[in-house]
Amino acid sequence: VTLTARDVAEITRLLEDSQFAELHLEHEGLKLTLRRSGAPPAAATHAAPVAESAPQAAASERRTGATALAQSGAWHEVSAPLLGTFYRAPKPGAEPYVETGSAVQEDTIIGIIEVMKLMNTVRAGVAGTVVEILVSDGALVEYGQALLRVSPGAP
Amino acid sequence: VKIRRVLIANRGEIAVRIIRTCRRLNVETVLAVSEVDRDTLPARLADRTVCIGPARPIDSYLRIDTVVQAALGVGAQAIHPGYGFLSERAALAQLCEHHGVTFIGPTAPQLALVGDKLAAREAAEATGIAVVPGGLVASVAEAQALARRIGLPILIKAVGGGGGRGLKLVQTAAGLAAALELAAAEAGAAFGDSRLYLERFVARGRHVEVQVLGDGTGAVVHMGERDCSVQRRYQKILEETPAPQLDAYLRQRLHQAAVHLAASINYRGAGTVEFLVDMERGEFYFLEMNARIQVEHPVSEMVTGIDLVAEQFAVAQGEGLRLAQEQIQPRGCALECRINAEDPARDFQPSPGTVTHVAWPAGEGIRVDTHVETGSKVPPFYDSLLAKIIVGGPDRPTVLSTMRAALARTELAGVATNIALHARILEDPRFVHGGVDTGFLAGVLEHAHTNPKVTHG
Repeated sequence: VTLTARDVAEITRLLEDSQFAELHLEHEGLKLTLRRSGAPPAAATHAAPVAESAPQAAASERRTGATALAQSGAWHEVSAPLLGTFYRAPKPGAEPYVETGSAVQEDTIIGIIEVMKLMNTVRAGVAGTVVEILVSDGALVEYGQALLRVSPGAP
Repeated sequence: VKIRRVLIANRGEIAVRIIRTCRRLNVETVLAVSEVDRDTLPARLADRTVCIGPARPIDSYLRIDTVVQAALGVGAQAIHPGYGFLSERAALAQLCEHHGVTFIGPTAPQLALVGDKLAAREAAEATGIAVVPGGLVASVAEAQALARRIGLPILIKAVGGGGGRGLKLVQTAAGLAAALELAAAEAGAAFGDSRLYLERFVARGRHVEVQVLGDGTGAVVHMGERDCSVQRRYQKILEETPAPQLDAYLRQRLHQAAVHLAASINYRGAGTVEFLVDMERGEFYFLEMNARIQVEHPVSEMVTGIDLVAEQFAVAQGEGLRLAQEQIQPRGCALECRINAEDPARDFQPSPGTVTHVAWPAGEGIRVDTHVETGSKVPPFYDSLLAKIIVGGPDRPTVLSTMRAALARTELAGVATNIALHARILEDPRFVHGGVDTGFLAGVLEHAHTNPKVTHG
């Protein structure tokens, strides 16, 4: 059983008529996430406006579903773009790039990952407030490992 | 340095194979995985996994700096590179040495030497081993002159190539210039080295290789030979030991030549010296040396009882050779069939997908090296090897019949495989007689366009 374009249009209307900002639906392996425009966005590549025509909406919403998977609850997780040693500060003893409570923009540097003496800066990729730092200074981080959590939206 | 923890920088069946030996040796295993390999059989068997990057090999398994960083980060004393990927990259061995990590394999200079096919040819010639007539060519004019001297047909090979890649067969002088241009472009793109050399094409040749093990100071033993003549477009698909229908004196000379070559460069670790046996002249030529554990190593293990991976660890941690040549006494025969996810109906194109059902054969004399279980995914990013079925026995007829039964009992659905092709080879009277040349399989495929029994899920 798959969702037809008409089903998606129907579900979209349900969300429109409701008081909720977001709707998650999981049905036989298909994950659908709908978000009302104006609701806090999840990430840069976020939901298409619900006003889009249904088949297009279905396609772009599936993408949003994938983005949503990278989130834990309402937080956006900033993950390691490569394996290496994670440093929170530009050099030993210096102030960390970010602390819990820091406001970040998409291009804010949140740390460094060193691979064989090569320093790679890691950026937040999302605007919001740092709510939790998940990795300690100097730890080995794997590719894709969550480094910190950001509450998206204006601080 | 005693290896207590090893980083395995590979995937698939060879990762499983290495982990199995590590468990026996009480060595902790950390498996470097790409994003799509997190939930594979070797990932579950390893003591720990560490994700080194996205699926594409260029972003994960081929990243030298990341692999060494991963080893340092998890506190591994050594890296086992398996085969393929970074296994023969001198730069990895060098970076390991620089950071005090043991590279389980030859030294960086040895890798550089045997990786340069011309330098390897020269090293072989220097120890008195014949090479196929030919040489480096820097221009079309040089190539034409050389082709006139050694005669057509000729093979164009890439200096930095190997494993059958970058080869071109030229039948006529008129086709030479175009083939050279194409080969140079391909070699440049694939190996970062567009240098080419020409070799006389030996029409009736057998591919026979010798397994060696060196301690790094000049002591070398061999573990007999393997016949890998059953090839499709220079890719081996079936290997056996001993090489059938081979003159005893020629066999002995092959073993000696391999040992001499490895000893002359103080070779360290497990390696294979490949030869082309010219059936018409009863002569043999050095082809290349592979400085790694090979896919087909289990057939040698079957007849010698030696665990080659364990010996790699022993040499790497300075224990040297634990066996004298007299103690290595191959017994009986062994045969390996490589089961690949490829579709015979579509010119053996890789057939990625999900294995919906699999049952591997088991029994007396049967060994299966695999990472594939029911539900395993065959990603499109890597080679298509699903399993190696290895059969050992007292004599060749017994081995062939056990293998036929083992293949018949193998159940695999969800991806297309070459199992039916193996069954056909094992029925062919020429193969049953033994000693086929490298053109054998092409002939089988040409003359038998019968409906291949393909299992689809």
